[in-house]
Amino acid sequence: MSLALSIGVLAAAGVFLVLQRGMIRIILGFVLLTHAVNLLIIAAGGVSRRDAPFFGGDTSQAADPLPQAFVLTAIVIAFAITVVLATFAVVGRRDDDTEAGNGSPQQSEVDGELDAQLDSEHDSEHDSEHESEGERR
Amino acid sequence: MINIVELLLPLFVGAPLLLGGILFVVPRHHPLQLIMGMGSLLALLGGAIVLLILTFDGTILVHQIALWPGGISIPFVADSFSSLILVVAAIVSVISFHYMIASGEAQSPSIASLVLILAGGVAGALLTADLFNLFVFIEVMLLPSYGLLLFLSRRGDMAASRLYVTVNLLASTLFLAGVGLIYAVQGTVNLAALAGAGDDPATAIATAVCLGALAVKASVFPVHGWLARAYGSASPAVAALFSGLHTKVAVYVVYRISSVVFEGDGAWMTAIMVVAALTLAVGAFVALGESEIRPLMLFQMVSGIGFILIGVALFTPEGLTAGIVYMVHHMVVMASLLLIASAIEQTYGSGRLDRVAGLRTREPLLTAAFVISALSLAGLPPFSGFVAKYALVLASAGAGQILIAGLLIVVSLLSLMSLMRVWADMFNGKRHKDVELLAAEERIRQREGLFDGEVIDTDTAAAEAAHALERHGPPRGVLASGDPHDHRGTRIPLRLVIPALMLSGLSVGLGFGGEFLLQLAEHASSVLTDTSGYVGAVMGR
Repeated sequence: MSLALSIGVLAAAGVFLVLQRGMIRIILGFVLLTHAVNLLIIAAGGVSRRDAPFFGGDTSQAADPLPQAFVLTAIVIAFAITVVLATFAVVGRRDDDTEAGNGSPQQSEVDGELDAQLDSEHDSEHDSEHESEGERR
Repeated sequence: MINIVELLLPLFVGAPLLLGGILFVVPRHHPLQLIMGMGSLLALLGGAIVLLILTFDGTILVHQIALWPGGISIPFVADSFSSLILVVAAIVSVISFHYMIASGEAQSPSIASLVLILAGGVAGALLTADLFNLFVFIEVMLLPSYGLLLFLSRRGDMAASRLYVTVNLLASTLFLAGVGLIYAVQGTVNLAALAGAGDDPATAIATAVCLGALAVKASVFPVHGWLARAYGSASPAVAALFSGLHTKVAVYVVYRISSVVFEGDGAWMTAIMVVAALTLAVGAFVALGESEIRPLMLFQMVSGIGFILIGVALFTPEGLTAGIVYMVHHMVVMASLLLIASAIEQTYGSGRLDRVAGLRTREPLLTAAFVISALSLAGLPPFSGFVAKYALVLASAGAGQILIAGLLIVVSLLSLMSLMRVWADMFNGKRHKDVELLAAEERIRQREGLFDGEVIDTDTAAAEAAHALERHGPPRGVLASGDPHDHRGTRIPLRLVIPALMLSGLSVGLGFGGEFLLQLAEHASSVLTDTSGYVGAVMGR
């Protein structure tokens, strides 16, 4: 029960953070989400049996090693991707549309051209190469 | 022979990964980068063709990792379906890498390594018969993809890369959760051990979580929105590479899971039918409204995913065969169209339909490649698209889905309409005045390694444009004064057109050799309709 609750809380917090503005919050949200999934896999193996299958432990009560192997792999992968995401949080900050302000109307007087470009990315990407890039840089 | 190949099966994954790793330490401009990169991809293609030949008679090659007994080990399986898709994936990788070499993108740091690791991941995802292992290989595919996006996003636009990474991470997390749930219900994630487990509602729901995650990766309606945005600002060659690999691997897994776990269970296939029909219609409609060539092609690709999924949703032998034919055709033709879009964008600095015009008289080879690929995508004979669409429409009608058959034809007309728009705006028409200036700016950017956002001095650009006009005179036989189309100035270099020409040539070949393609696909679909051979081989029975 406590495991199910932890998974629920982690997943809820993760989803909440992913839906927030700001790349760092999104990254933390994904960290929580992957934790939730890792716990889910541990729960999938059953948590009532906890003995070690060696040193005289009762093999019929031994913990299932397979989910643990899964989780170990998943942790490593999630770690690697978190690093990649963290890179994206610091690279190219100017066009980070997950940050508050970038691409939102409040900033229009400061950087109107940039906003116009971000808002209508599909249509004006190439137009603005000529008109607005001067102001951008 | 078969035994040796079975033992070497893990090499399809291991060798590209290892060589990719080694290439990281080779200096950036060393010729070994390109030679080893291209050599390994060609070797992968060769190996895949060997697999295709060996599995042609229905043989199923299995390697149990570390020779553990079947059901316990991680199995690698090559049957006629996975071999066929592996061959096409290898062809797309080879040609996309060829394009990267031709356009100079392969000179960016560690591109050859990343492409090789990506290819290794694709081979692993196609060959593995273990769901958790599949998750790992999908991640192996994705990590180098993030690198490729980061290194080659020339627009200096990270927003799309962020979107790509987050969407894929979310889908992977969901997939992993699905795998966990399957383990919780069944106590195994070996695909063969799960055969027919879809009858159990709990297992079916757990598997549906996996299918949902794969739907995101395959960009199926209603979770298709990320694709055009994320691929739209990647380097064009990377978009072509990804389009041939990522979404198609997801679709391949959908085929596999539907056949092994659900065994074509009616209710689930109806659900797939509905989303597939919506995907193909929505993709084609959105493509009609796009004003740039690349997003237009990318929505055509979304539409194509719907076509492929119709095949599995029908789940008749004819339907599966047609779906597989469509998948092969679509991988080839979509890569060709995206490479054509790349060549235009990288030469003229813009892919907007209203900016570039008059390509027909200036670029005969590119025009030929475009006409072949576009007509093939629309489904006109004698190209591969005709074989694929004809088979799919016949299969839908044969399964009693007259409505779907009609929809396929209507949507094909819509596709043709949006491709006609590209033809009318970009290939026909009179050349715009400022296109020479755009092209000049693009050349300067490429030479100086600038991002798309960076501004270029007007005088420098004007000088470059004038230089190009002077250097590239009109072709022989055209008088400069009597040339109504003004043939002077920027032309798309031949080396950028050759990859697309090769792919469109392949489409013609598959069209004329439609019988052969259908036969290959029939063999591939036979392992999907009757999974007992697959299950028996994997479980070691």
